[in-house]
Parts: sequence; structure tokens; C-alpha cells
Amino acid sequence: MNHWIIAPVVLPAVLAPFIIMVIRFHLDLQRIFSIAGTGLLVVISLVLMGQASGGTIEVYELGDWPAPFGIVLVLDRLSALMCLLTAVLAFFVLLYAVGSGWDTRGWHFHALFQFQLMGVMGAFLTGDAFNLFVFFEVLLIASYGLMIHSGGPVRLRAGLQYVIYNLLGSTLFLFALGTLYAVTGTLNMADLAVRVAELPPDQSALLRVGAVLLLLVFCIKAAVLPLHFWLPAAYANAPAPVAALFAIMTKVGAYSILRMYTLVFGPNLTVTEGLISTWLLPAAVITLAVGCIGVLGARRVGRLAAFGAIGSMGTLLIAISVFTAAGSGAALYYLVHSTLATAMLFLVADMVIERRGNDHIACDMRMPQNGLVAAFFFAAAIAMAGMPPLSGFLGKLLVLDATRDAPGWSWIWATILFTSLVMIVGLARAGSLLFWKPFDPSLRETRSDEPEDGDEDAGVVEDAIDTTPQPVAALPFVATGGLLAGLIALTVLAGPAMDYANATAQQLYVPQGYIGAVLGEGSE
Amino acid sequence: MMTVELLFSSAVGVLTAAGIYLVLQLRTFPVILGLSFLSYAVNVFLFASGRLVVNQPPILTKYAESYTDPLPQALVLTAIVISFGMTAVVVMIALSAWLSARDDRVDMENEDPPPDDDEDGETGSEAPS
Repeated sequence: MNHWIIAPVVLPAVLAPFIIMVIRFHLDLQRIFSIAGTGLLVVISLVLMGQASGGTIEVYELGDWPAPFGIVLVLDRLSALMCLLTAVLAFFVLLYAVGSGWDTRGWHFHALFQFQLMGVMGAFLTGDAFNLFVFFEVLLIASYGLMIHSGGPVRLRAGLQYVIYNLLGSTLFLFALGTLYAVTGTLNMADLAVRVAELPPDQSALLRVGAVLLLLVFCIKAAVLPLHFWLPAAYANAPAPVAALFAIMTKVGAYSILRMYTLVFGPNLTVTEGLISTWLLPAAVITLAVGCIGVLGARRVGRLAAFGAIGSMGTLLIAISVFTAAGSGAALYYLVHSTLATAMLFLVADMVIERRGNDHIACDMRMPQNGLVAAFFFAAAIAMAGMPPLSGFLGKLLVLDATRDAPGWSWIWATILFTSLVMIVGLARAGSLLFWKPFDPSLRETRSDEPEDGDEDAGVVEDAIDTTPQPVAALPFVATGGLLAGLIALTVLAGPAMDYANATAQQLYVPQGYIGAVLGEGSE
Repeated sequence: MMTVELLFSSAVGVLTAAGIYLVLQLRTFPVILGLSFLSYAVNVFLFASGRLVVNQPPILTKYAESYTDPLPQALVLTAIVISFGMTAVVVMIALSAWLSARDDRVDMENEDPPPDDDEDGETGSEAPS
């Protein structure tokens, strides 16, 4: 048995209690162990990707119990890709958290961060639906702690909202799992796929209820439109590195949709035929539209990035919800891109907030390092909107190409193209207000709380800097630059990346391979 | 047998309805109570998902002619533990939110004023921090 598969779960699971119990009062050691652990996670994920890229599906039986009875972890191309993406994202986000000093503004940042990684990795690797629920809970519990890291009334209230919304989502998840178990008598995903395929269509009403309930749960996680209400307040008020890490959390929902509705409720299954994409496709289109309009209307930098995240989820889910191999391949490419782009936008937003002392998109004092931050914002905005030099353009092009044969393709194309324009306008408006018109002298009279000691600009700028601690000034730029480098690599190496994405998608649409690997050959 | 099923299903229904009603009150205390009701409802529901069997052991032995499905009981146990921990977490967060903001509303209508105070430059009396 290949023990590498469980390493991405075990490593953070061991590291987090170690950080809490042994080195809780040593911030430097915490930083070293946390960064080293996350770096190791990148290496492990690369090894796993190397193992999975050949197309074999490897199974890890926990406690050596055979598949339908024990819990299994399954490594296929999709899981390996998601693990690698998580590890790379986490590594740069952690660098940013250390560099910007966010981890000093509350307790246990690094331990919670590692627990969060454990949950995300577990969710990507597990082959059992109930175990998926458990890992969802692990990542959610850690995210509750991270969300309210460093406190403050607005953040705590946003955190409370986020916790309550997700607890409701968890309840719904349990209802869905109970329904599926009542119908099929199993919760192992491969076994579910076999049992669901055998179910006579006239007894499938309860199964369809379960399938739709499960879709609702994943849509909550993925912030699909009628269920997206938790996201803007939560992401905009979360600490910036946490919000950047949360870019992978919405992708957990997208991953789960892709996994469950290709493996268990596949597109060829008669009992749920068309059920999923009928609902998911319009919802995704509306999600994209609302996300981009939100970007245009945002008055705070955090909300701008949050609505950008919603918009990118819309594009991603449009590609997923056509449920073809080409669509899912485009979706996977766009998923990698949008995770990095969203995280980068959140980090740049935090740079702006740190330097200006507030998060309003309005004329304000000129901030230090204006040009450098503006350049990063420009790159992040280009990536987010899907403009040519970066991978967002290729991703959107692939999504457009994949939806060419879908029903109502004209609506999809119109929405994607028009909302891209809306998002460009929104980001350009925000960028020009933040960076090009950065100094409005009339503001100083209205601001009663600003000390008016210095008449010249330099004195005011000094005050703006003083409000924020900046322990290692270069590291945030290194971290954000790392994400940008990831985007550039994704653009330059678009060919190999697309080959991998297409191979992954083809593997997903032949679920017999997965089922055979989990339940033993010949059982499909 | 029929009465047990009726009791079970109506219990799930009543608990869920009460939970949703309380969650919609949008104040932390009723919401937490509502979440607890919902978690009871889902626990009972999960328990029933292995079918209701009365007076049977959860293990298949050579003496027992029938058995009750043990897996939902294990699932319920997991769900109880998680929801118990979650309730503790949400109580703590609600408490600290109330202590810091002195407001127990769950929705954030009045706590997130749009920053047009600054854009208009007229109502600069209380600048949002």
C-alpha cells in the first residue's frame, strides 16, 4: 500500500497540535515549523501528482479494511491536482501572513492554518461521502478560528454569520447523506456509484431528493448564487491571508460537485439525467453576473475581491455544469487560475488597506510604495478579469469553447463576455480611484480624526504608515509575486497544464476506473 | 410499528420546523437554540436512515434472526460529537461578538455602513473605523 497518499493529511494533523502544545509561546519557531511543514506539503503533493499523472488510481485503505466497509482515501489526477494547488497556495499565503505580521495579531494562527490544510487535503483525497462531511467539518472548524483571527467587532459579527451559515450547511449535508444512505445503504463513493446505477428508475424519487440536497450543500460551499450570501461579508472581513486561503474553500465545493456528479450521479445516469445541470447552469450564469456587478458596485477593497471571487466561481461552475470532458478540462484549468488570481487579489487588497489605513475605494492620501502596489493590483486585476497576457484569458477562452455545444450557449457566451467587460470596468474604476487619484486635499478637512500636524504631504504619509506594523517589508511582495509567478507559469505552460486538465477530465468521465480501483477489479 | 414511524417522522418534522423558525429570528440566542434543534432533528433523521427496527441487536450473530443497522448509529455518534463541539464554538463566538459589538443581531445591516460618508464629505461626524 502506498503510504504517500495519507501524508498530506497526517503532516498538518501532527504539526498543528505540536505547534499548539510544544511551541505555543515561540512565534519564531511556529513560523519556521509552519512554513517548513507547508513547504514539505508542496513536495508531497508533487510526489503524489507524479504518481497520479500516469493515470493510475491508487487507493489507501485506512486500517486495512476493504473498501465498502472501511474508509478509503483515493488518489487520482483530480485529487493530486487539488492537493498541489492547495499546498502551493498555502505556502505563499503563509509567507504573506508571516511577512505582513498578520500571524502576530492573535493566537494560534499557525496551528489553525495547519488544521485548515488538513481538512482541505482530506476533503480532496477521501473516497467516502461521510468522511467528506467530517473533513468539511475539520476545515470549517479551523476556518471559524481563522476567520475571527485578531478579533474586532465587525470581524466577530461577520464570523458569527459565517459560522451560523455553515452550521446550517452542515445540517443540510447530514440530511443529504442520511437520505442517500437510506436509499443505497452505503456511503462509500464508489459503492454509491454502483448502487445508484443499479437502482430501478421508478424507486428513485428519494435518491433524486438526496442528490439535489447534496448539490445545495456543495453550492453553499461554492457560493453559487442564491446561496452566496455568506461570502462577501465573511471574505471581506476575514484577515487578508485567511481570505486568500479561503480562495481554495469555494473550490472545495466545486471539487465536490465535480467529483460526486461525475462519479456517483454521472451524466449518463438515467435517474438523475439532466437534473443537476438544469439547475446548476442557470445558477452559475447568474452567479457570474452578480459577482461582476458586485465588483463594479463595490465600495470597499475587501468586498471588491470577494465579489471577484464569486464571479470567478460563476465562470468555473458554468464550465463544470455542462458535464462534458471538454468542459471539465476547461473548468480545471480555470480553477487553478482563479484560485491563484483570487488569492492574489485579496493579498493586494490587504496591501492597499495596510498602507491607507482604511478599505474604502475612494480618493485618499497617497500611500507609500504606491507604484509597486499599483503594479501588483494591475496584474491581479488583469488575471481576475481574464485579460490577455495572463492565464485568465486562456481559461475564459477554454470555457467559451467548451460551452459551444451546450443548450443556451448564446446566453452563456453573452453573459461571460459582457460580465468580463463589467468586471474590467469595475476593477479599472477601483484601480484608478485607489492609485491614480490617490490624493484629494479636500478630504483632510472632513476627517476630524486625522491629526493635522503636518501641512506637507510627507507628514500625513508618515502617519498613514505608523498605523501598521511592517516587520518584514519584502516578504509580502515575495508572497504575492509568487502567486503571480504561478499565474505566469500557468500561462506559459498552458499546453502541458491543459493536457493534464484534459486527462483529468477524461479520467473523471470514465468512473469505471475509479470504481474498479476502490472496490477491486471486476466489481464494476 | 406504525406508531413508532409516525412518532419518528413527526419528531423530525417538528424539530426541523422549530429549528428553522428559531434560526430566522436573527438574534444569536434563538439562532443557537435553532441550530441545536436542527442538529437534534438531523440526528434523529440519520438514526432512522438505517430503517427502524425494534428490539434487535446491532450485530448480526448466528442466534439473531434479524439486526438493526449499526452504521447509522455510528454516523449519529459522529454527528452528535461534531454538533456538540460546533455549538460550543458558536456560543463562544456569539458571546465575544456580543461583548465587543454590544449587539446580538446576526445580520449585519447597521454594522457595515457604506463609506459614502467619506465620498460625500458631508457627514464626517462619525468616521467609520
